[in-house]
Amino acid sequence: MKLWKTLLAAAVLAVATATSAFAARTDLVIGIPLEPPHLDPTAGAAAAIREVTYANVFEGLTRIGPNGEVLPDLAESWTISDDGKVYTFKLHSGVKFHDGADFSADDVKFSLDRARAENSINAQKQLFAAIDKVDVVDPATVKVTLTHPQGSFLYNMGWGDAVMVSPKSADTNKEKPVGTGPFKFDSWAKGSSITLLKSDHYWGAPVFLEKVEFRIVPDAAAAVPALLSGDIQAFPFFDPDSVSQVKDDPRFKVVVGATEGETILSINNKQPPFDKLQVRQAISYALDRKAIIDGASAGLGLPIGSHMSPANKYYVDLTGRYPHDVAKAKELLKEAGLENGFKATLKLPPPSYARLGGEIIASELRDVGINLEIIPVEWAQWLDQVFTKKDYDLTIVSHTEPNDIDIYARKDYYFNYANPAFNKVIADLELTSDEAKRKELYAQAQKILADDAVVGFLYELPKVGVWDAKLQGLWESAPIPANDLTKVKWSD
Amino acid sequence: MTAYLLKRLAISLATLVLASIVVFAVLEILPGDPARLMLGMNASADQVELLRNQMGLNAPLLLRYLNWAGGLVSLDFGRSYTYSVPVMDLVRERLAVSLPLALIALALSTIIAIPVGLFSASRRGRAGDTISMGAAQLGVAVPNFWFALMLIYVFAVWLRLVPAGGFPGWSAGIWPALKSLLLPAVALALPQAAILARVTRSALIEVLNEDYIRTARAKGLPYRTVLWRHALRNAMIPVLTILGLQFAFLLAGTIIIENVFYLPGLGRLVFQAITQRDVIVVESVVMLLVAAVIAVNLVVDLSYAVVDPRLRSRQ
Repeated sequence: MKLWKTLLAAAVLAVATATSAFAARTDLVIGIPLEPPHLDPTAGAAAAIREVTYANVFEGLTRIGPNGEVLPDLAESWTISDDGKVYTFKLHSGVKFHDGADFSADDVKFSLDRARAENSINAQKQLFAAIDKVDVVDPATVKVTLTHPQGSFLYNMGWGDAVMVSPKSADTNKEKPVGTGPFKFDSWAKGSSITLLKSDHYWGAPVFLEKVEFRIVPDAAAAVPALLSGDIQAFPFFDPDSVSQVKDDPRFKVVVGATEGETILSINNKQPPFDKLQVRQAISYALDRKAIIDGASAGLGLPIGSHMSPANKYYVDLTGRYPHDVAKAKELLKEAGLENGFKATLKLPPPSYARLGGEIIASELRDVGINLEIIPVEWAQWLDQVFTKKDYDLTIVSHTEPNDIDIYARKDYYFNYANPAFNKVIADLELTSDEAKRKELYAQAQKILADDAVVGFLYELPKVGVWDAKLQGLWESAPIPANDLTKVKWSD
Repeated sequence: MTAYLLKRLAISLATLVLASIVVFAVLEILPGDPARLMLGMNASADQVELLRNQMGLNAPLLLRYLNWAGGLVSLDFGRSYTYSVPVMDLVRERLAVSLPLALIALALSTIIAIPVGLFSASRRGRAGDTISMGAAQLGVAVPNFWFALMLIYVFAVWLRLVPAGGFPGWSAGIWPALKSLLLPAVALALPQAAILARVTRSALIEVLNEDYIRTARAKGLPYRTVLWRHALRNAMIPVLTILGLQFAFLLAGTIIIENVFYLPGLGRLVFQAITQRDVIVVESVVMLLVAAVIAVNLVVDLSYAVVDPRLRSRQ
């Protein structure tokens, strides 16, 4: 009798362990290279904030999908008035913030008015510039009136900077973010990790993971052993140079996608001799994009011919505009009266694409007679000297904001470029909602920039992700900075 | 003794005041605007100005210095620009990693170095000496990030005895926390031990040539007793000096090891704060370190008096 009892207990135990072994894992540790300064996407530009919170903790009226498409989020549907100025959003019902407060049209009005207020420090305040007023129609309906029709309005509302926050928690979101997303903030061990847990009352499709930890691993050399030991199961943004160490390991998946980061050789268009079109065109001819991609990005990344990602639906291929042609470059310099070459400086910020790419570009330009003095700078110095004070000749940087071709139309932007024809195209784009017309205008804009050789267009920054082969649902590309975990699960 | 102590304290205080002025001035000169760093490339100049005002960056220089220095006196270090939490909290969290790590590494390096130094000194010129000093030379020469990576591949990836990096926090239990500090402590201790062993050896060799050692041997004391009781104690002063310096280094100069093991230590806090121009954090942490170095030096000075009674009687 006693033996029977023991056997029975053993059998029950065995079954229990077996089922738990077969149930899919529900925890995940993700490695991120930079720690976010805080966790409020409405109060800072750092991509790391979005890489933790976007779509996980915070949600907006709309959201950007894995391929850059606009999807409904907290707004289940919307109507646009005939003049394109009034957007009426119908909100999902039964949505709650993580602190239990109900989400309603009042919160939409609060969030949008807060972001566009005079004293707002939203890092992308321009997203809200077209909003004239926000009216609450009823708790589930909100009406946004624009000063003029804006083709990109729904897209803009999908940015991390336009997420919905609650008046009760808006001021404390930096330390303790409270949103409506499927994961709620749990804890943050500064310098070490940030933990999210599945939210108990999520309005949308349930997520698969129960617990997600974002662990901060600043050193690329440390990322490989962390993967191999199983401590960390995914690095959505992996160092391209380290890929060769895990590429042939069947336990891992290496996924190369696109970002919205146009990596360019920025040129100070007002600084002689770069104010001459021939000089800038000569630089474009002197650049060998293939060699730059091989050297600065381990051969990963697509060449670009203008300021648009090849993954973007508005992309036009202009990489053939300036093929690598040293003779042509020299000829143009001669036309500009600079057949003896000249000297200039190249300021390089810390990322490896800039530091490595800079060495290659300096040697390529030397071949046509332009001698560059390389000056390495820190980010803070770069923002101060190059970006704010425009004290530079050439620099290399990746412009990671999505769909940001309009920066060339900005007054006093650090390129020092001003072309009324280009500004007109951008102004028209702002007012156009018709897709076919927008596509045409975007094509024109790209072509003007290429013709003017405003900067040296190099390549699109790749998104190299490495994760456990059993993990599914992470984004391949990064149309916006994010680690959307809503569809991530373990297979088995 | 009291006069000696008072004099040392006065010098320490003056050093602190001077250091605070230098640190503040140097970080003022550093180019870069923390407000622009936070808001990124799309924010307008007006917005940056707005944030600068909110952060108190537009107040006059002298006022800011006095505010900060006054806060230091009452142990209020201000709030971090980037994290917007009190600097003291940040430092406390980081010290919970850096202090134990430094102590473990220091203990390890002492445990290895003193016996090796003794062994080498007593076998001066023989094979044992050559081998152990050769190993010490290697220990100094090997880059510690490489050594750390080797440790990770062997003990974390291959044997899976310890995690490859990270720190679970003391709340996760003493053993898991200690386990995650083990490899970094070894990686830090080894080069320190190598230096310390060489210093111990040369100090001992010098002492062993002294007349009183011969006297002690001549009156019939066993070699071992002479070595441990007479020679080592007299050789301790240079060893203690090096230990003091090493402790200060281990507390904040370990940024490379902290990066390889992605530990949230003090070194990384300072490094990150410098790149983000979180000036207030840099200033406060540097001042804390200055204070720590001064305190360690004070302790070392006092411990000279403990090991060497002659220093006690000399006013």
